[in-house]
Amino acid sequence: MLRTFRIGGIHPPENKLSAGKKITPLTLPKQVIIPLNQHIGAPAVPVVKKGDLVKTGTLLAKAGGFVSANIHSSVSGKVNKIDNALDASSFKRPAVYIDVEGDEWEDAIDRSEDYIKDCALSDKEIIARISEAGIVGLGGATFPIQVKLTPPPGNKAEILIINAVECEPYLTSDHSLMMEKGGQILTGVVLLMKAICVSRAVIGIENNKKDAISHFRQLAKQYQGIEIMPLKVQYPQGGEKQLIDAVIRRQVKSGALPISVGAVVQNVGTAYAVYEAVQKNKPLIERVVTVTGKAVSSPSNFLARIGTPISHLIEAAGGLPENTGKIIGGGPMMGKALISEEVPVTKGSSGVLILTKAESVRKPMYPCIRCGKCVNVCPMGLNPTFLMSLTELGDWPVAENNNIVDCIECGSCSYTCPSNRTLLDFIRLGKGKVIGIQRARKS
Amino acid sequence: MENNLIVSPSPHIHGGDSISKNMYGVIIALIPAFLVSLYYFGIGALVVTAVSVIACVGFEYLIQKFLFRQEPTLWDGSAILTGLLLAFNLPSNLPIWIILIGALAAIGIGKMSFGGLGNNIFNPALVGRVFLLISFPTQMTTWPVPGNFPLTYTDAETGATVLSLIKGGSHEFPTYTDMLLGNMGGSFGEVGAIALILGLIYMLVRRIISWHIPVSVIGTVVVFTGIMYAVDPYSYANPLVHLLSGGLLLGAIFMATDYVTSPLTKKGMLLYGVGIGLLTSVIRLFGSYPEGMSFAILIMNAFTPLINSYIKPKHFGGK
Repeated sequence: MLRTFRIGGIHPPENKLSAGKKITPLTLPKQVIIPLNQHIGAPAVPVVKKGDLVKTGTLLAKAGGFVSANIHSSVSGKVNKIDNALDASSFKRPAVYIDVEGDEWEDAIDRSEDYIKDCALSDKEIIARISEAGIVGLGGATFPIQVKLTPPPGNKAEILIINAVECEPYLTSDHSLMMEKGGQILTGVVLLMKAICVSRAVIGIENNKKDAISHFRQLAKQYQGIEIMPLKVQYPQGGEKQLIDAVIRRQVKSGALPISVGAVVQNVGTAYAVYEAVQKNKPLIERVVTVTGKAVSSPSNFLARIGTPISHLIEAAGGLPENTGKIIGGGPMMGKALISEEVPVTKGSSGVLILTKAESVRKPMYPCIRCGKCVNVCPMGLNPTFLMSLTELGDWPVAENNNIVDCIECGSCSYTCPSNRTLLDFIRLGKGKVIGIQRARKS
Repeated sequence: MENNLIVSPSPHIHGGDSISKNMYGVIIALIPAFLVSLYYFGIGALVVTAVSVIACVGFEYLIQKFLFRQEPTLWDGSAILTGLLLAFNLPSNLPIWIILIGALAAIGIGKMSFGGLGNNIFNPALVGRVFLLISFPTQMTTWPVPGNFPLTYTDAETGATVLSLIKGGSHEFPTYTDMLLGNMGGSFGEVGAIALILGLIYMLVRRIISWHIPVSVIGTVVVFTGIMYAVDPYSYANPLVHLLSGGLLLGAIFMATDYVTSPLTKKGMLLYGVGIGLLTSVIRLFGSYPEGMSFAILIMNAFTPLINSYIKPKHFGGK
């Protein structure tokens, strides 16, 4: 019996159209737009100004606090302006526009293909390099990882869990990376283990990636303390709390951090970025992005520079289909519908999904028939239909008592509802309200 | 910037489940039982079913169109299902005008007066049935004797149900084979045990319902009547007779599992099922009515909101 998390979950059609496609380096666009806030936390503070010449890998902006991340130029060229730009959230936020000229890299970056396995650095030095390189969680949450690697006093990590689940339908960026950069990823895992001083790491991979499981099992023999754990395919297994539950059978309490059960979770793409930062001195300036959709002529996995407009990726995958209804940054369950094709790729962009008009239209909503299906699938053990009603009523105290803030916004409830009720829309609204009330109470 | 992109919050895909899929699923699960009743009660079963379904759908349409002034939702299947379940709870020789009153009570009082689909507290079909049982006790407890596809409607020979035989102190029951197949008196949809269980299996496989309610209802009745039988086998019928007779299976499989009027959580469903089982047994053994399933379900329907507010789903990480 394969393991999975113990509460709720769904299994949407996987639609991994781009599985098995090689990672193709994308050509450089004419201009990149690099947002200063690609992570959770404070925006980075720019250190360049209009007219500056930058190289690939030049620092553009410094972390604006402890929970923040450095941002580097992904191309060489001239800073055109620092101005507001649309990002995936559909808000305009500050970004650095760079006109691309050639592709000249910073000298300190090792661009060779050589695979460097050994590392003599100490845990502090590893974290310093990671921090310097501006690495954030690449699974989508974009949490600056030096923060996760420095547990609050009194907490000690016991195990490193690597999230190679990729439970979102359609997306294959992690899968393709695992097939092509296995050794580098495992070295990244070793570096992360060193950084948090643990001797054990488990890489959780869903069982729909059998090739990756056997490939990694083979590779892991050369490393100490790395275990590969195949997991039953179940959404949202990539959720941090769900993955911890699946792998070590411990549930992180409401409001607590994974470190409270001794776990640190990192995405498999992050492990690769750590390898590049520590062994190759390369900041996080590019990532693998899946471009997919049933109407897309050639679904692909691209290695794209941060700041590349989405339109450039879509062009490379065969252009925007005639009947496009939605462009989604991310997967179909948790991704954001974009309001423009000109939104840039950021550190958290794992995919671009194009849905046809027919797939994009929501079905009409009917009354709740209290079938309880949303309750059964909720991975956090909440009562979605009740939380929706409470939000409609504006009954925040009761919503808070029913743990509305624990919602991870996975969308399993809305996906399952036979009455097409927009459960998550309301819960998200209510969650925001309740968090606001909690903050006001604290201050 | 000009484009026609659709923007909405996640999730962007839907599993494709719908109200009508579930409703028609239950209707399909009722087909075996319907065929059995057709075989034993003939034209009578057909007429009662047709009248009940058409009346329920018709009343819902009229109420939505002229009272609620909303777009009628005829084809979600819920009114058809109410009509079927109401019919299954009636004797196959019931006069048509009484069926019409039952349908009006079911849809009008049981469902629409609360605001329509999803808002009713009580199972509409049972509201209709109990309304008729109290208003027309004679007609509602005159059961035609099963035959081989009888072609007559109202003037069939009548007889007693197993449960009314027990109430009368008799020990002469149909054989277990007859009870399993449905060759006995009763509301026409409740007689064929095997057919009803086929329906249950179908609904479990298609995940329309979960096992919690049927198993807890049936288990509780078997255990409770089993204890009483062990104490005094002369006065109390054995649990197998209780299991196969009356509305127990029909109620546990099709009526108690109604989404709208049953609890949301698995634990709540178990509690609800045990409640129905206990009440049914108590009414059957000690009450003045021979049959207690309808009352038991309606009483537990009333407790459902309470169960929902006290029995919460298991919270991730505990509380």
